[in-house]
Amino acid sequence: MATQKNRLKSGGRIDRNKPLTFFYNGQPYQGFQGDTLASALIANGVDVIGRSFKYGRPRGIMSAGADEPNAIMQLGATEATQIPNVRATQQELYQGLHCRSTSGWPSVDFDAMGLIGQFFGRMLPPGFYYKTFMFPESFWELYEKFIRKAAGFGRSPRENDPDIYDHMNQHTEVLVVGAGPAGLSAALSAARAGARVILADENAEFGGSLLSSRELIDGDPAHLWVKKAVEELAQNDNVLLLPRSTVNGYHDHNFVTIHERLADHISDKAPEGKARQRMHRVRAKWVVLATGAHERPLVFANNDIPGCMLASAVSTYIRQYGVIPGNNLVLMTSNDYAYRTAFDWQDTGRKVIAIVDSRQNPTGQYVEEAKNRGIKVMTGSAVIQAEGGKRVNGAMIAPISADGDRVTGDGTVLSCDTIASSGGWSPVVHLSCHTGSRPVWRGDIHGFVPGETVQQQLIAGAVSGSYSLSECLKEGLDIGLLAATNAGHATDSLNVTVPKVEELVEGERMAMFYVPHSKPTSRAPKQFVDYQNDVTAAGIELATREGFESIEHVKRYTAMGFGTDQGKMGNINGMAITAKSLNKTIPETGTTVFRPNYTPVTFGAIAGRHCRDLFDPKRYTAMHEWHVENGAKFEDVGQWKRPWYYPKPGETMQDALNRECRATRESVGILDASTLGKIDIQGKDAREFISRVYTNAWAKLAVGKCRYGLMCGEDGMVFDDGVTSCLGENHFLMTTTSGGAARVLEWLELYHQTEWPELEVYMTSVTDHWATMSIAGPNSRKLLAELTDDIDLDKDNFKFMDWRQGTVAGVPARVFRISFTGELSFEINVPAHYGMHVWKKLFEHGAKYNLTPYGTETMHVLRAEKGFIIAGQDTDGSVHPYDLGMSWCVSENKPFSFIGKRGMKREDCVKENRKQLVGLKPKDPSKVIPEGSQAVDNPNQPIPMTMLGHVTSSYYSACLGHGIAMGMIRNGHNRMGDTVYYPQADGSVIEAEICSPIFLDPKGERQNV
Amino acid sequence: MFYIYCPYCKEHREEEEFHAKGQAHIERPADPDSCTDKEWGEYLYFRKNPRGLHHEMWVHAVGCRKFFNVTRDTQTYEIKEVYKMGERPTITAQNQTAAKQA
Amino acid sequence: MSEVLEPTKNEEALIAVMDQNPVQPMPTESPMHHLKLGARSQGSNVPTVYAGELGLKGHLVIRGDADNSDFRKGVEVALGLGLTDTLQSAESDSLSISWLAPDEWLVICPLDEAFAVETALRNSLKGHYSVVNVSGGQTVVRLTGANAVNVLKKSSPYDFHETHFPVGKVVTTLFGKTQAVIRRKDKETWDLVIRRSFADYAWRWLEDAASEYGFQVADNLA
Repeated sequence: MATQKNRLKSGGRIDRNKPLTFFYNGQPYQGFQGDTLASALIANGVDVIGRSFKYGRPRGIMSAGADEPNAIMQLGATEATQIPNVRATQQELYQGLHCRSTSGWPSVDFDAMGLIGQFFGRMLPPGFYYKTFMFPESFWELYEKFIRKAAGFGRSPRENDPDIYDHMNQHTEVLVVGAGPAGLSAALSAARAGARVILADENAEFGGSLLSSRELIDGDPAHLWVKKAVEELAQNDNVLLLPRSTVNGYHDHNFVTIHERLADHISDKAPEGKARQRMHRVRAKWVVLATGAHERPLVFANNDIPGCMLASAVSTYIRQYGVIPGNNLVLMTSNDYAYRTAFDWQDTGRKVIAIVDSRQNPTGQYVEEAKNRGIKVMTGSAVIQAEGGKRVNGAMIAPISADGDRVTGDGTVLSCDTIASSGGWSPVVHLSCHTGSRPVWRGDIHGFVPGETVQQQLIAGAVSGSYSLSECLKEGLDIGLLAATNAGHATDSLNVTVPKVEELVEGERMAMFYVPHSKPTSRAPKQFVDYQNDVTAAGIELATREGFESIEHVKRYTAMGFGTDQGKMGNINGMAITAKSLNKTIPETGTTVFRPNYTPVTFGAIAGRHCRDLFDPKRYTAMHEWHVENGAKFEDVGQWKRPWYYPKPGETMQDALNRECRATRESVGILDASTLGKIDIQGKDAREFISRVYTNAWAKLAVGKCRYGLMCGEDGMVFDDGVTSCLGENHFLMTTTSGGAARVLEWLELYHQTEWPELEVYMTSVTDHWATMSIAGPNSRKLLAELTDDIDLDKDNFKFMDWRQGTVAGVPARVFRISFTGELSFEINVPAHYGMHVWKKLFEHGAKYNLTPYGTETMHVLRAEKGFIIAGQDTDGSVHPYDLGMSWCVSENKPFSFIGKRGMKREDCVKENRKQLVGLKPKDPSKVIPEGSQAVDNPNQPIPMTMLGHVTSSYYSACLGHGIAMGMIRNGHNRMGDTVYYPQADGSVIEAEICSPIFLDPKGERQNV
Repeated sequence: MFYIYCPYCKEHREEEEFHAKGQAHIERPADPDSCTDKEWGEYLYFRKNPRGLHHEMWVHAVGCRKFFNVTRDTQTYEIKEVYKMGERPTITAQNQTAAKQA
Repeated sequence: MSEVLEPTKNEEALIAVMDQNPVQPMPTESPMHHLKLGARSQGSNVPTVYAGELGLKGHLVIRGDADNSDFRKGVEVALGLGLTDTLQSAESDSLSISWLAPDEWLVICPLDEAFAVETALRNSLKGHYSVVNVSGGQTVVRLTGANAVNVLKKSSPYDFHETHFPVGKVVTTLFGKTQAVIRRKDKETWDLVIRRSFADYAWRWLEDAASEYGFQVADNLA
């Protein structure tokens, strides 16, 4: 096992008593509790953690946070626990962690790609995607595999993830994003004011920059102030603290999504029964963004050689993790703040070769301190080029002009193994951008800050451009109070004192993004802007030369910011370089904006518990268990699970259907029809209301009678149907299709509430209240008679389309003599808690009649034999009642212009030659035309053929001994007896005769017995 | 994800509880049968798609099941006003423009 | 109690009122009957969430005009409980009434009293109103325990904090991908009215959400 050669003897927030073994690319390494994967890799001297996308260049760790472009790992000890796209800088180390580098093929240490990178890079110039896609398709196919294999940033697991991911809905008055000095302060003051507060931070430990800070707060090291602040917050019941929680999306109306990693730091799999990750869906009255700032690296030649890092990251590794990424440091900076990195380095006893400061005459307290420490400070200079292969071995330093545009003298190479750079800081405006707010440029801080927003958003600390610790603390406290006040809390009497900070005063910063080289940009070694996508300064210049002026176009053309890091590190530098090469200022050039999510989110966290068994509700009727016990196969109808058919051992589906159909037509069958939508309608205007929403007449329907109705939209097209019964003069029971129940009720409410509020009517869903069982067949009356003694079943006293109230199997029931099969049929409705009892009683008595349960498929066959439509199957929103041949169901003479009446009179609806619903009888009785087949008059015509309409329903009818179908045919009602052809995908053609859709018992005698 | 004030429940609820029902204040013609095809077509199909203030109808589907109107800025998604069926909006594109000019 | 109306013989009948209780008790199955809650194994954790189905109840939906004082009075006379205001509920020994919408309330009573309550309402109400028996269509799940509120937070986007959801408040909102009428009975106890056909899903969802806190089925919560 490798030794931790870069681990410092002391310091950092790691626990040296808890060594952890982990595996990187199959090799064991050791780190400590409190390490990130990145700090542990640095401790072990691992320099190369990937290879670049286009050029195959070795890459090392650049940063210590979410902005990391290079150290993207594939995590997971087993196939099922694979997670792609994990930033090593944010992954906490745990015992037994397994990870692999994801960019680099065949291996990160093998130079094959580096050798051919020159060639490969030329294959992938800026605009590669656009240019490639404009070439013949074959071009892309040629390269794709190779590119993906070499470049990929990980893969998804091939096995089911064993972990639980869930969601938690939160409401808060103040959500503080980021627990650095400003965020902690804001949370403290808002909580003290009595507000409900959520404080979320992406890191394991609250404190942000304070965890590696050199400053003292109230005389103590900053981390002690953090400890006290966190303790105070933790004791407050109104405060929810969310560490390891990335605020990933800031959506409309202060809806914020937070991705909490509950167990990613513990092991490969979460503890049994516990969620691995949780998505908090937060509705906040006020959001305080205290997201801080990302340091910008400077863009110089070969700035991607491992050993080139952000200055602040070097400090973080030293102070927070007790690791030092090298021996000899050259620090390049355009500001004072980065000087502390040299001090931190020097404090460990290792050597600072030089501070290279781009400013001509820096004068701040930091500069003084550096000189006092005996550190060589080279002013008016820059590192124009890094030297080295898999690791930096030198820095070429040259004098530059005061504006930073030109190299003014010869370069000299200083030997070193680490080049830390700082071009200043970019406020983390990402979340603010999510709301649609455009960032605005602030010249004094050389960065974009959040612009105007319509959300209830406040900002505090570095994100607002306030970089000093004392400013951050004060601003945080003020903004926290403001947020609490805005949320309705009295804060006048609150005594909030700003802690005292001992800090050095910074001198003026220089606007520096791109470091000039002695050669022109296009000739100098590569100067990387976006590491993940290998976008260079030369590439951006090329884009502008090719005519791209809008920053959004330059971004897309070069793919800058398109990686999984979303350009956190490189975008501002890229914009500055674009501006410069367009001869514009940065505000003139503008900025691109950021979209959710801030960092990648696992699919598990997005899905939460809405997966597998809980993906979608399954609705069951009161008799469901009986269906299960009796071997039913189920069909989804909306969310309902309906019995589809009940195969007996050895039966095929067709066998079962044939048996169920015959049993029903010959004796008696039973269907669980509980899923039909049922709406109770009461009120003196109930009848009028029903007349307006159905196409047919309802004025004369007497109490005790039922009627079939068609429901159309205002366009005249059928959208639902069902039987409505007159229960009382002011009382009706409407049924709807199983899938349409909720939609129909909302439709009725829409018209009642918005168009006809004067009608006195109330509608209430009773779908779930009634268990409905339909018995059909010549023996249905005999069966029912055995179970009721208070309903007169005589055919003349209880006629077809009558309903009666009475007792069935001892249970109060409503029985409707309606039929969807064409047989003598009774639909029995009982309160659902008695459903199973009545159902079983029917079977007890039905055995002697061979009572046969049938499912939806047999129901479909039986109704199709009778030519009854199913709304949504035989209709598709383009079919009016006349098209269906159902003019008998339209009452033109109703006084009120019912919904759909005007619509079906539109020019297109009354024209000749519309598609109309007809019956279709295959010439070959064994053939069943596949549903959806298109009819043509001449199957030998050239493709594309003239199509006449499609088959909407098609079955084999056991009772008739041949296939039957319903379908649309142009002008079909006038083409009875014609032959049409249905060409199939396999080249065969099915011939069919156009006929009446009523195949069985056209006079309706069977249901009237 | 909007946060919508239901004027009947008298509090804000998540968008998931509501169904959007399109443009508000579209009245069914009093006498459909006398409408020309063009008039009926306008009623049926033609809707505004403004950039800026828009009056929309929503229903509190998972809740009180009541329909109501919302004035929303289609650019910022800000909800300016919520009002019951039968009421008129107090904030409109016209009076906003007038206010700006004044 | 059973009085079978013969609608065709009663031309005067405006509303088909129906006593839905059998003369002789008949076997019933609640919406969660098949889940055999009593036999479900307990987790190893110390429970901090308890839930159970309250058993069959009478559920009546009352519709009417809240601004009509006759209607208000009529309900109060019939129930001994007045109509509750927006998002409010009230309860007596045997009844509860919950606001569902500006013109809609849910009354829950013992199952065998549903017809008596409906009759009492019909006897004291006049004009435009409706009463609908939906007893078979829904069930009440009682959820209690220190972490009950977290189960709700996992299941619904509503704000269950006591400043926003005090005891007595009732809301219809989402529960997983279905909906529930949720009423806060006391600090840690909530009654969820669930539609019958969704009961299986809702229970499984609830059990899943509660499992991390230690969950126990309780059948004596009433």
